[in-house]
Amino acid sequence: MTQPGTNGYYVGSNLEKVLRSGQFVVTGELGPPQGWKREDIERKAKLLKGIVDAVNLTDNQTAIVRMSSIAAGRILIENGLEPIIQMTCRDRNRLSMQSDLLGAYALGIRNILALSGDHQNFGNHPFAKNVHDIDSLQFIQVIRGLGSGTFQCGDKVVGGPMPMLVGAAANPFGDPFEFRPLRLAKKVAAGAHFVQTQLIYDMDRFRKFMEKVVEMGLHEKVCILAGVGPLKSSGAARYMRDKVPGMIVGDYYVNEMERAVAGIPKEDKVGRRDAWQKRGIELCVEQIQQVREIKGVVGIHIMAIEWEEAVKPIVERAGLLPRPTFN
Amino acid sequence: MIVAEQKPLAEIKEILEDYRKVLVVGCGTCVTVCLAGGEKEVAILASSLRMATRLDGHPVAMDEATVQRQCEWEYIDPLRERLDGYDAILSLGCGVGVQTLAERFPNKRVLPGLNTKFMGLPTEQGVWEERCQACGDCILDLTGGICPIARCSKQLLNGPCGGSQRGKCEVSSETSCAWQLIYDRMAARGQLDRLLQIQPAKNWSTSRDGGPRRIIREDLRALKDGD
Repeated sequence: MTQPGTNGYYVGSNLEKVLRSGQFVVTGELGPPQGWKREDIERKAKLLKGIVDAVNLTDNQTAIVRMSSIAAGRILIENGLEPIIQMTCRDRNRLSMQSDLLGAYALGIRNILALSGDHQNFGNHPFAKNVHDIDSLQFIQVIRGLGSGTFQCGDKVVGGPMPMLVGAAANPFGDPFEFRPLRLAKKVAAGAHFVQTQLIYDMDRFRKFMEKVVEMGLHEKVCILAGVGPLKSSGAARYMRDKVPGMIVGDYYVNEMERAVAGIPKEDKVGRRDAWQKRGIELCVEQIQQVREIKGVVGIHIMAIEWEEAVKPIVERAGLLPRPTFN
Repeated sequence: MIVAEQKPLAEIKEILEDYRKVLVVGCGTCVTVCLAGGEKEVAILASSLRMATRLDGHPVAMDEATVQRQCEWEYIDPLRERLDGYDAILSLGCGVGVQTLAERFPNKRVLPGLNTKFMGLPTEQGVWEERCQACGDCILDLTGGICPIARCSKQLLNGPCGGSQRGKCEVSSETSCAWQLIYDRMAARGQLDRLLQIQPAKNWSTSRDGGPRRIIREDLRALKDGD
């Protein structure tokens, strides 16, 4: 499985090294801009540098056109950060996916997260045709195939194997709940190395999910990173609770965010924002403490899209700084 | 059956703008059953168009005819003797019917009055749902008789995406999650283990992706050639 020149590692990425070292892993997320300015990436990258072990670059998240995750990933590398490029099955067929992966590999990208992708009717091109030539699970197989030097059709990759660390998503808050650990098992069987979960705002359900995952022994075959993120306001919490498919937000979080601004008049917008942000960060630190106690969780994935400033205080207060470094 | 629905009257009027005498042709098969293009719908549409075009000051003469099946030569051939004098045929058949008429009567303008939607069934009075996409390689034996190609918004083959919640698809709270349905049925049968097998990437060449499709049955062709 190992490659020459990677010192016994499969790909030798920082993410792989931290995962293998047994230290608690911290990944972050960066949403590329709805435009072409590389400074937009670099500004956010500065906020995450040295704070997380690797950074997810979303791929047209919520089906809104943004800069390519591969291009943004290369910009991160040039700024000294390690990218995890996300790629969905929505926008590309198997030819395009593999061709883009060849390019990503050539640009030094070694981590990828394989996703189905939000349906295009959520985004800014609802009239688009979607692809879904392969599903996220088959996509994991395709990436692992390239890792051993073979295209999906069976042809050989010119130049030989191009191993990438493959991540998968898991959503313990989707239904049918009983199938969620089984679907994870399928993703592990397909060849996923690590898993990042949906944002967890229902800790009890997540614990039940993990109990089953541990019972099945999946935690020994794949590295599970728990998805956490700071809430920005009580409105945001309610929106996620009521409007975002596949999310569950417990009343605890909504109530806590409402309580944070109790007594602050509506006109005092700055005061309310500051109070919300303070409580949002505190709750996220609390989430991290809770998931660290759950068996099978080896790290966290912090999703603070468009609020990258929050990541440093969260990681710092969770006692997860400094991040490990390797020679 | 093939399920269709009528185009908005305004659009049909626009399509017919340049014509003064039109034959509205219905079809007695699928679109009769889904109440979009049978004899009754032909009569109603023709009469609405007569009225509407008269009110607009450019009356269009409308005659009516409904054949048993617009998608077979033998059923549409008898129309030939009725076509003299018409500027256009407005077909209330599905897309296949429109094209069959256009192919058989190339000198006539054949225009569509319906939007052909899908292959499906009425699930209750007044509600039709899609069931099949004609992918050309049926997998219903693997999925408990529920098709994820036609009924999952992402055509997933290995289980539900993260957007499935309370039995509904992330695309619409009106749409059932196909994988919830599959899971429930397989669970009830005690066959969940079958869903654990990884379904490989699908061969789409049997679907529309392989180009326009055609079936040739040499056994039947031979019969015809034989005598």
